[in-house]
Amino acid sequence: MTDQPRILYCHCAFAQVIPKDVKQGVLERLGEAGVDFDCVPDLCEMSANRDPILQQIAENPDVRIAACFPRAVRGLFVAAGHPLPQPEPEVVNMRMLNAEEATAALLRPRDESPLAQQEEAQTVETTGTGAREGNRT
Amino acid sequence: MIATKTGPRVVLYEGADASPLENSFRVELMAKLLERGLPISLARGNALNSTENKQIVLGNFGGRFPEADSSTAEFRDIAGLDAVAVVSLVEDVLAGTNDPSNTKRWKPWFPVIDFGRCTNCMQCLSFCLFDVYGATSDGKIQVQNESNCKTDCPACSRVCPEVAIMFPKYKAGPINGDEISTDDVRREGMKVDISALLGGDIYAMLRDRSAKAQSRFSKERDDERALKERQRCLNKLKAAAGDIEIPTEVLASLPSMDQIQSKAEQARQRAAQALAQQAKSTNADSGQ
Repeated sequence: MTDQPRILYCHCAFAQVIPKDVKQGVLERLGEAGVDFDCVPDLCEMSANRDPILQQIAENPDVRIAACFPRAVRGLFVAAGHPLPQPEPEVVNMRMLNAEEATAALLRPRDESPLAQQEEAQTVETTGTGAREGNRT
Repeated sequence: MIATKTGPRVVLYEGADASPLENSFRVELMAKLLERGLPISLARGNALNSTENKQIVLGNFGGRFPEADSSTAEFRDIAGLDAVAVVSLVEDVLAGTNDPSNTKRWKPWFPVIDFGRCTNCMQCLSFCLFDVYGATSDGKIQVQNESNCKTDCPACSRVCPEVAIMFPKYKAGPINGDEISTDDVRREGMKVDISALLGGDIYAMLRDRSAKAQSRFSKERDDERALKERQRCLNKLKAAAGDIEIPTEVLASLPSMDQIQSKAEQARQRAAQALAQQAKSTNADSGQ
């Protein structure tokens, strides 16, 4: 397993909701970063077509998705009959981030992702370390 | 790595035996192929992933192709070509295949249900005149006919009391899938009330206007004036119910008033049947 999940980029081909400079900037930066990644033309279209690629993505929890709002992405997978696995892959929202921020989130090492940090916090809570830390402050 | 079973995949290969692509060329080529509807993978590893699907492998090979299963991988040297020429080369390879991107594409505008919020009230099913919604055999709401949905019309999401209907390509939240605030829930509730203030429901208002318009048209029998009057009524409706955001072209393309009435009734019946089926399923589950 590499230090980063596989990256899946959605080009949102049919709408201008993701700014062109963000899409172009993310593709450019991922290309420069020297990582392997996958791109799909439009997750909405694939969901409506029940595209089997969605099943393959849903079966691989080790993926980071560059698309739009996580709630919408989650809904698209459910609509296609292939809900995202639990814990859910991280969805990087290119509608809200600029190209630099989105690429940084996509290339972030696995243990620095918000999901990993959340899991770590839960572990700390379970073991009681968090409470001790809390008492100290 | 993604491997589509439905059509070929384009691989931009920059591993062993290939020179790297120039960055701006790579970006331009990827954007063009994606807009053509093709999934792409960028591969820098030394070996191509095996797949049961056809791969069109593009790269600056200089006459030496990497090792791969020749029954699925088709190599093309793109050295010296511009992005347009590469797309046309890929299209030549795809010609005659059953690649889904060869078929006519449509702007994928359709409702996506957030089942974490949906209460299965069937308001969307009874509201939509275009049979976009349906119900499963056990009475659960589902989107059945995505392509029937009218592009840029988010009206059903406006009548959903739970803010559970998203249009991912919509301009603003929460309809676009953005997180929902308590203000959003309150606002959506008010919109349903606005619809009610129009005289019970939006279709009742259309029917009233239809009756008035028909009495005038029966005297005049002027098709052009009838069309104009219908347009005027619909524009008034749109002004009164502006928050519902039905695009003018959708309003203009609605069927006749009688047909609207009939469609709305059918939709209501389907919603009622789905609710009855849902209740039956729930009772059966609780009886077990």
